[in-house]
Amino acid sequence: MKLTINNLSFSYAGIPILKDIALNVELGELVSIVGPNGSGKSTLLKCVNRILKTGPNSILLDGKDASKFSTKELSKLMGYVPQTSISAFPFTVYDVVMMGRKPYVHWSVGEQDNEIVVQMMDLLGISHLAMRQFSALSGGEQQKVIIARALAQQPQILLLDEPTSSLDIKHQLDILCILKSLAKSKGHAVIVTLHDLNLASRFSDRLFMLKRGRVYATGTPEEVLTAQNIEEVYEIKTDVSHSITGKPVVTPIVEDINLLDPKMSALFEEKMGMQQ
Amino acid sequence: MTTKADVKKLYSKGKKKKFFIIFSFFLALIVTAVVSLSFGAASPRLGEALTVIFSKIFPFLNLGPVSSLTETIIWTIRLPRIVMALIAGAGLAAAGATMQGILRNPLASSYILGISSAAGFGAALAIVFGVSIATIGGFLIIGNAFVFCLLAMVVVYLIARMSGMSSESIILAGVAVGFLFSALLSLIQYIAPERNAVSAIVFWLMGGLYTTSWQNILICFPIVAVTMILMMSQAWNINVLSMGEDVAVSLGVNSKRVLSINMILETVATASIISFTGIIGFVDLIAPHIARMLVGTDYRYLIPCSALLGAFMLLGADTVGRLIMMPIEIPVGIITSLLGVPFFIYLLIRKRRRDFG
Repeated sequence: MKLTINNLSFSYAGIPILKDIALNVELGELVSIVGPNGSGKSTLLKCVNRILKTGPNSILLDGKDASKFSTKELSKLMGYVPQTSISAFPFTVYDVVMMGRKPYVHWSVGEQDNEIVVQMMDLLGISHLAMRQFSALSGGEQQKVIIARALAQQPQILLLDEPTSSLDIKHQLDILCILKSLAKSKGHAVIVTLHDLNLASRFSDRLFMLKRGRVYATGTPEEVLTAQNIEEVYEIKTDVSHSITGKPVVTPIVEDINLLDPKMSALFEEKMGMQQ
Repeated sequence: MTTKADVKKLYSKGKKKKFFIIFSFFLALIVTAVVSLSFGAASPRLGEALTVIFSKIFPFLNLGPVSSLTETIIWTIRLPRIVMALIAGAGLAAAGATMQGILRNPLASSYILGISSAAGFGAALAIVFGVSIATIGGFLIIGNAFVFCLLAMVVVYLIARMSGMSSESIILAGVAVGFLFSALLSLIQYIAPERNAVSAIVFWLMGGLYTTSWQNILICFPIVAVTMILMMSQAWNINVLSMGEDVAVSLGVNSKRVLSINMILETVATASIISFTGIIGFVDLIAPHIARMLVGTDYRYLIPCSALLGAFMLLGADTVGRLIMMPIEIPVGIITSLLGVPFFIYLLIRKRRRDFG
């Protein structure tokens, strides 16, 4: 399966969010979408999954127009992991992962459905949590449960909206290692939005950098994560070096606020005063 | 280390437990019905009561003589009332459970769509302005209450649709429409020319099962049964929708359609009940919460469990209301609220503790 995004534009309440996006993603790739807050990363993921509806021929799956697919057909091809998952009522982890079988079951759950649910929990290392309440889990555990749910859909394309944003560094690495191996050994196309440029650099095959709803740069981490691109898109100065992994490492250069400097100090106090 | 086989075993154990709980409620319900049948102001023995019922259902059996007074008490007064309590309790609770699910709100029930005020207004309109049409008086009130419930739902639906058809928009539209009808209801009570009419309205609003006839049941039962079966068919959709509308779409569920279908089902079920019984509160809210504690949130189990529990609670409350101050009866609406409110507050406090403690 090949995902092609073609001339995709999306407006919300008359305000354009995405403009003329054109991208493609192949199976077996882990692709990151990066860009500042409000640049349209999450919206782009929702458009791909058709949670937000865009015009005909803007999303193509193996050359076929996604808007011609039913919601159910799409749910067998694409799994979606939202930024945060809320559940108003107590569900067990098993029940939540079983929801991923929704596109396949009508009423009763078959042996095969149970088998897939158990297998996905095993793959994500959450079998011991099976009968726990989903809402009582930590952020990292919840994220794994939701990824297991998305995998239970048996999708070819996996879309994840900032899967690491609320996690500590160990869980961030954990999740991205899982995603990387899903792309490499299971052959999924994995598309993630990320804030952390160094994580994106470390794990992505390719990066898409968005700026105000447009694709600013695409390519390998080395091609996209240059000091110049980052300054253009994020409006900050950075130093880009190479780490022991051979991937670019982005270090922001921030001018320290020196409160001993009377000029700085006055400016700082003025700002703080304004905030109060 | 938890193996795959362990997980499967745990899951099937949980499933058996749920079936067991649901079956236990079913048995409890039968026992309660039999007890309720044999207690009352005029108390025929249990044997006589059962004789009446079996000889009515199987007239060819010839089970022996029973006085016509006993027959009237059991067959014309007490049994229809018990049956209606079961139907109403089950229907209200099932509607409440599904409504909480689609709106992702533990305080929701079908009343959140404003249909209780609408039914009250419809009934009051008929009582005050239609009271002279004595011959079809009963059905005029019932019909009017039902029609106004549907009207309220249509208004809520249209407002919600115009504002994006999300659970938030439905709740806000429902609250607004509820306030509107409750103001209109107050207006009618205020301008009603006769005191009798005002007390008739108040009496109707309290909710009760004493006026139930077999004819009422013949109308109410099919509607509640069909809507409940359709609610059950929505179980997976509601499960998925509990995780949010975006997630539902990504799992292949048209969330707007599910919201609309369920709004209609829950309103029709609730309206067909409260038009006959008046406003009966708290069963719709509390039965689903207790059921959820027992069998979890999977709606395939939650809907039947809530329904059985609702039926059990309403029949219990009605029986208590009949017996506690004999020969005076206390309307079931008052009993359910009196018993329901403390329990509900307990739940709220417990939930707070669990979430933030």
